[in-house]
Amino acid sequence: MFTLFFTFFKIGLFTFGGGYSMIPLIHFYAVDKYHWLTEKEFVDIIAIAESTPGPIAINSATYVGYKVLKVKGSIVATIGVSIPSLVIIMIISAFLMQYKNNQYVEYAFMGIRVGVAVLIMNAAIRIYKKVEKNILTYILVVFGLIMGFFNIIPIVYVILIGGIIGIIYTVLLNKESKVNTHD
Amino acid sequence: MINYIFLLLKMFLIFFKIGLFTFGGGYAMIPLITEEVIKNGWVESTDVLIDFIAISQSTPGAFAINIATFIGFNQAGILGAIFTTLGVILPSFFIILFIAMAFHKFKTNKYVNGFLNGISPVVPGIIMSVALTFILRSVFNVVDLDFQHFQFQLGAIIIFIVSFSVSKLKKRIHPIYIVLISGILGLLIYGLL
Repeated sequence: MFTLFFTFFKIGLFTFGGGYSMIPLIHFYAVDKYHWLTEKEFVDIIAIAESTPGPIAINSATYVGYKVLKVKGSIVATIGVSIPSLVIIMIISAFLMQYKNNQYVEYAFMGIRVGVAVLIMNAAIRIYKKVEKNILTYILVVFGLIMGFFNIIPIVYVILIGGIIGIIYTVLLNKESKVNTHD
Repeated sequence: MINYIFLLLKMFLIFFKIGLFTFGGGYAMIPLITEEVIKNGWVESTDVLIDFIAISQSTPGAFAINIATFIGFNQAGILGAIFTTLGVILPSFFIILFIAMAFHKFKTNKYVNGFLNGISPVVPGIIMSVALTFILRSVFNVVDLDFQHFQFQLGAIIIFIVSFSVSKLKKRIHPIYIVLISGILGLLIYGLL
């Protein structure tokens, strides 16, 4: 149990930039080092983590934890992967409050805000590229863009409407199409 | 005291909702977070939220937990951070537990498949809408679709072009490099010129 906790603690501590950079580390510990999972189970977990709601990091920690020690394992792994973030961000947050009114910090952040917009734009393009292209998906992309941009309805409804249209389309056409993994 | 408890509960519930509707990793969370956090006034301004996003992308750990901790701590201290983080974690935790325990075949279920197929094109559309909103704000000074103060901010346009070009150097460049480069350019351009 301690091994499980410390492994996910390390995974949380040494990954920068979100869930996807975590996947190689999880593979190293869970498959290569401790043999908690087979290669096939690992691939399944990543597929499930990508197609269920929530952060990839939490999804995979919960699943691996369950495989190793059932519910107890899930809790331990999930807490382990979360604690580094909690502690680090609280320290940065306290630090940031001190320098909030420093003009050089403000200049740097004026630049960073532009950089963040670039990052988000790139993420949108990267995820878009993985979507299967047909007339319906083009319409849904534009639907998401317009609804989000003009704040017409809350985003949760936009997502739900997309999902419902997807179900209707699949049921009506009985179309066999594979799930698109997104980023 | 009562107000504080209500705030904690509200933060928990809102982040629970955010966790439940985030399909496809951290970036997919940004539109939901932006909407809720601005609506509830949990950051002083959108700029502060963007700063939090930048730091959450460049510090260790999952983006989702980082940003949840940031907003919770900023608004309601350590307990706030714990409640927002729990909120964002629990939906995934229960859903994955359910799948691991009982529902192995969920990927071949027709309805689940259809739902995911419908969501997958909507998500990049929503993320792009946030990207455009942030670009309008930080490069062209257009806030809340109000074009009265529209201006070409040359410095910001330079930072945009350089950051974008650097991000295309490699197939998958780490966000921290973009944050560092745009921060240094911000210091140089706004601080020296």
